[in-house]
Amino acid sequence: MTREPLLRVDDLRVSFATEDGVLQAVDGVSFDLAPGEVLAVVGESGCGKSVTAQTLTGLTRSPNTRISGSVTYRGRELTGLGDDALRDIRGEEIAMVFQDPMSSLNPVYRVGDQIVEMIRAHRDVSKKEARERTVELLTSVGIPNPQARVRSYPHEFSGGMRQRVMIAMALALEPAVLIADEPTTALDVTVQAQILRLLADLNRERELAVVLITHDLGVVAEVADRVVVMYAGQIVEDGTVDDIFYSPQHPYTWGLLGSLARLDRPRTGRLAQIAGAPPSLLDPPSGCRFAPRCAFQFGRCDQPPPLDHDGGTHLDRCWLGGDVKAEVRP
Amino acid sequence: MARFIARRLLGMVAVLFAISVIVFLIFNVVPNSDPAARIAGKNADPDLIARVNADLGLDQPLPVQYVTMMKQIFTGQLTSYASNRNVVEQIWEGLPATFSLCIGAAVIWMSLAVLFGYLSAVHAGRFADRALTVLSLVGISMPVFWLAAILLYFLSFKVQLFPTGSYVDLTEDPLDWAYHLVLPWFTLAVLFIGFYSRVLRSNMLDAMNEDYVRTARAKGLSERQVRIRHVLRNSMIPIVTLFGLDFGMVVGGGAILTETVYNLPGVGLYAGEAIRSLDLPPLMAVTMFGAFFIVLFNTVVDVAYAVLDPRIRLGEAAPA
Repeated sequence: MTREPLLRVDDLRVSFATEDGVLQAVDGVSFDLAPGEVLAVVGESGCGKSVTAQTLTGLTRSPNTRISGSVTYRGRELTGLGDDALRDIRGEEIAMVFQDPMSSLNPVYRVGDQIVEMIRAHRDVSKKEARERTVELLTSVGIPNPQARVRSYPHEFSGGMRQRVMIAMALALEPAVLIADEPTTALDVTVQAQILRLLADLNRERELAVVLITHDLGVVAEVADRVVVMYAGQIVEDGTVDDIFYSPQHPYTWGLLGSLARLDRPRTGRLAQIAGAPPSLLDPPSGCRFAPRCAFQFGRCDQPPPLDHDGGTHLDRCWLGGDVKAEVRP
Repeated sequence: MARFIARRLLGMVAVLFAISVIVFLIFNVVPNSDPAARIAGKNADPDLIARVNADLGLDQPLPVQYVTMMKQIFTGQLTSYASNRNVVEQIWEGLPATFSLCIGAAVIWMSLAVLFGYLSAVHAGRFADRALTVLSLVGISMPVFWLAAILLYFLSFKVQLFPTGSYVDLTEDPLDWAYHLVLPWFTLAVLFIGFYSRVLRSNMLDAMNEDYVRTARAKGLSERQVRIRHVLRNSMIPIVTLFGLDFGMVVGGGAILTETVYNLPGVGLYAGEAIRSLDLPPLMAVTMFGAFFIVLFNTVVDVAYAVLDPRIRLGEAAPA
């Protein structure tokens, strides 16, 4: 990577103490985010992608959580940072947009006030100035009639408009990084496309780096530069969009891609699915975590495979040799 | 809004009608409640009883008696069977003491309940939370008459820190007014402090897991701002509802025990006396007074609810 990374995650581990034991939600995740890059983190529900995203700004901190490893932003370590210092990072440098825009906005405050609150938590500006800025922000994310809409409550907006409000709020302090945690999952398909276009525009116009958490590979193909595929708390494959879509290396990624409905090929029958269910993170398999569901597992899969290079920047966590993969890949 | 108020007024008339009929009927079937026999005294001859009955209009059919009594209540001319004094005037005289007691207690119970509930939720699972939990359970469990008697015995009689009941008017001497009311306020408030702080604690713990609280943290707000502006604010909605209902209830009769034990000349004390002497006119008037306040505060709660939660609008039909 030629550019200095904006955000560097190194061997991040997050576990939660639950009544049933210790749940290792994130187990040694590492990735870099370059300025202006869109990084997609893909995986099934419960694979640790949201926990990873929320841990970046310390949102998972609690007495029952153990976090180790390192998250650095512009060279500054965030995992050990005090709450006050972390607050300056949140919103100001790294902003977040969440999955369900209905529940992510406080129902009892006007949307304008919720954005004003954020601006005034970080900047010493008058209410009036903050409100003007809010109107600008709502305009920039495509809310019609923003002058009047700042006074509306969240329930008076549609789902897509609420997500625009969330994005406007996230942009309020001109952060360098936007973490979007399944931003389109709760929305209709046509609205999803609008929100993705908005994110792509912001990325291009503002050089905004985006970490896009999603389970939807269609979304990934549309906007991402690089893709990290997660399974059972670990990264199983990491590469450019082209790497992942045109030369996927991990059987799990094959499964994900195989389960996509494709318009460019004749439909031959039922969509493929990955047999079985993800392992419990309370007691994951000791070897390769995907092995129990993998059609290509062999003796070596008893041992945990490392996340390896194929010689370039394309990483995968699988024991199969490159020549074997080329042969068996669907 | 106008439709909402009109609907509520109609509802209030219906409630008052129903309650007054029930009180009236109950009174007429309770044994030993014949007012004429009580007034005429022991060994009264039937002639005397008949005369008293005629005087009080008790020889009329029940519906006629009922209508007469309602007329008297709303024209302020109802008099007691037992003392012959004007009932509406008596209630009017009791209002200052009753409102002094109830409003003061309400201020105490709301402030302490919010404080304790907040601290309990913020320190959930730790020592402060456990201690407050025990305290509030004790508060909820203590009967008012017992607590009042114990406080009077130790703090007024033994230590002589506080006066032993009675009431000083606010206009007479504000300090003395408050001094005389400290124990009654506290007695009346304890139950509600315990109960409300438990409710608030659990509301806050629920609210802390809401997505919008995570958003508030992600916005970079301080933990204090998150707790007060987002967690506490949203958790107060049910508390305000409870408060409205309970305050109406306390004004409308819930303070009978406290007023009786501390000898506060309020509406509750008057009601207590009326119950002891099975005196229908004051009982009827006090019950309707209570019902009026309960319905009134129910309405206030609904208005407050719409103010606190913008998703709720008044005057629209509730979704089926």
